[in-house]
Amino acid sequence: MSAEIPSREVARRAFAAEFNDASYTFRESDDERAPIYLLLPTGERANRVFVVGTLTEKENIGEESEYWRGRVVDPTGTFFAYAGQYQPEAAATLREIEPPAYVAIVGKPRTYEPEDGDGVLVSIQPESVSVVDASTRDRWVVETAERTLDRIEAFDPETNEYAAMAEERYDLPAETYRDTVVAALESLEEGDAEPEPEIEA
Amino acid sequence: MSDLDTTAAEIHAQFADRLDGLTEDDVRERLDTLVNEYRVPLDEARRSVRSTYLDEAGMDRDELGGGGDNETMLVGDVDEDEQWIDVRVTVADLWEPRSDSISQVGLVGDESGTIKFVAFTTSELPELEEDKSYALSNVVTDEYQGNYSIKLNRTTGITELDEEIEVGDDSTTVEGALVDIQSGSGLIKRCPEEDCTRVLQNGRCSEHGEGEGEFDLRIKGVLDDGDEVHELIFDREATEALTGIGIEQAKEMAMDALDTTVVADEMREKVLGTYYRVTGPTLGRYVLANETEELTGAVDAEPTLIRARSL
Repeated sequence: MSAEIPSREVARRAFAAEFNDASYTFRESDDERAPIYLLLPTGERANRVFVVGTLTEKENIGEESEYWRGRVVDPTGTFFAYAGQYQPEAAATLREIEPPAYVAIVGKPRTYEPEDGDGVLVSIQPESVSVVDASTRDRWVVETAERTLDRIEAFDPETNEYAAMAEERYDLPAETYRDTVVAALESLEEGDAEPEPEIEA
Repeated sequence: MSDLDTTAAEIHAQFADRLDGLTEDDVRERLDTLVNEYRVPLDEARRSVRSTYLDEAGMDRDELGGGGDNETMLVGDVDEDEQWIDVRVTVADLWEPRSDSISQVGLVGDESGTIKFVAFTTSELPELEEDKSYALSNVVTDEYQGNYSIKLNRTTGITELDEEIEVGDDSTTVEGALVDIQSGSGLIKRCPEEDCTRVLQNGRCSEHGEGEGEFDLRIKGVLDDGDEVHELIFDREATEALTGIGIEQAKEMAMDALDTTVVADEMREKVLGTYYRVTGPTLGRYVLANETEELTGAVDAEPTLIRARSL
């Protein structure tokens, strides 16, 4: 309808294992306001992500002003979310939630390369943090599995520019994330099963 | 006939019974002067000549009509402002008029979908009945923020049809997580001017300026399935159904906090991150949430697991 209003960026779905493997960011134009994308190893650009997991810990690591760090765990790993004075709503929610709790986070991928470290740290700068229930979390795991499989199936460096970029930038074959998906889904099935009787050794 | 001749005939037909002695030649001459001497585009010339005759006849543009030979259009094809058209439609929905100047407002539809219609009290038209089919002649199209509607006026002809015009289903169903509630959501104020429902920004209507405003509830939300985003609008009823917060409660919350934004904040807290299936008609780039279902309960991971293992 209008070329002036850029279309809203899709919130990508990726498991923590894949998200944390990403390190390369890029812009698609020279405009300094152009969106920054994180390149997912399965060959997709992400300017926004949606994750659901268990907030296991939160800590105010700010010195002069509040700066909250939350650890959000999915079946494959841990997302780190950082919210400070420029994300007042997300920061307020993190301040109030008592872990453990299921949370949904919409946010922007951010990368940081510590001077003394070895490698790039990937985190989420939340636009919103909200408390959700276990069924929402399970639905996210299945949905994220589906979207990840979509990307693996579309991973063709000949025809897909982000697949080509991933092949060039990362030494991480897309198929390895198939195993991540299987493990994540199996963890749901285990959760559904009747608890095994404990056997005394 | 040339375009200019056709236009002259149209204009003549519109004014023949109001301006004694007006001939088609008079009209053609005026058009010809503008178009061929002054290089005015034909559309603009048509407008200008019409205005002249409207003045002479002491008529409002509303009374003009399209000259009786309008195009019969499907409502889904309406994509231009201020066109005089005919439609054959069924009344799909009647809403409560928000002002005394409006006699009827609602949705009419044909095979292509539905469109909003407005009839004004001053037009003194017979009332349309829900679920009945009508031929409406001489209605005018209107556009607001990319959304089209039709306005009935005093020249509109209303003929009830024996046949039933089927209303096409233009509703769409979208699923995903609600990832954003945008500004302009929650407890809002609408312009109280007649036939204006614009949302006030800082107490101002973009059309009518400063005003007291009438409270309403609305959510502009974004549903995202990781592949596509859909922008949604929840009206007052749908907002209450989604959030459990009604207009009276919202007003109390705002009053207690001396701030209306607490309402949207509370709504965000309740619904963000939750999965929904939403069904409703599309209006411009929005899906109007008529039915909303929270996706909850157990999810079957088995099909996805089979897909992953066979990859």
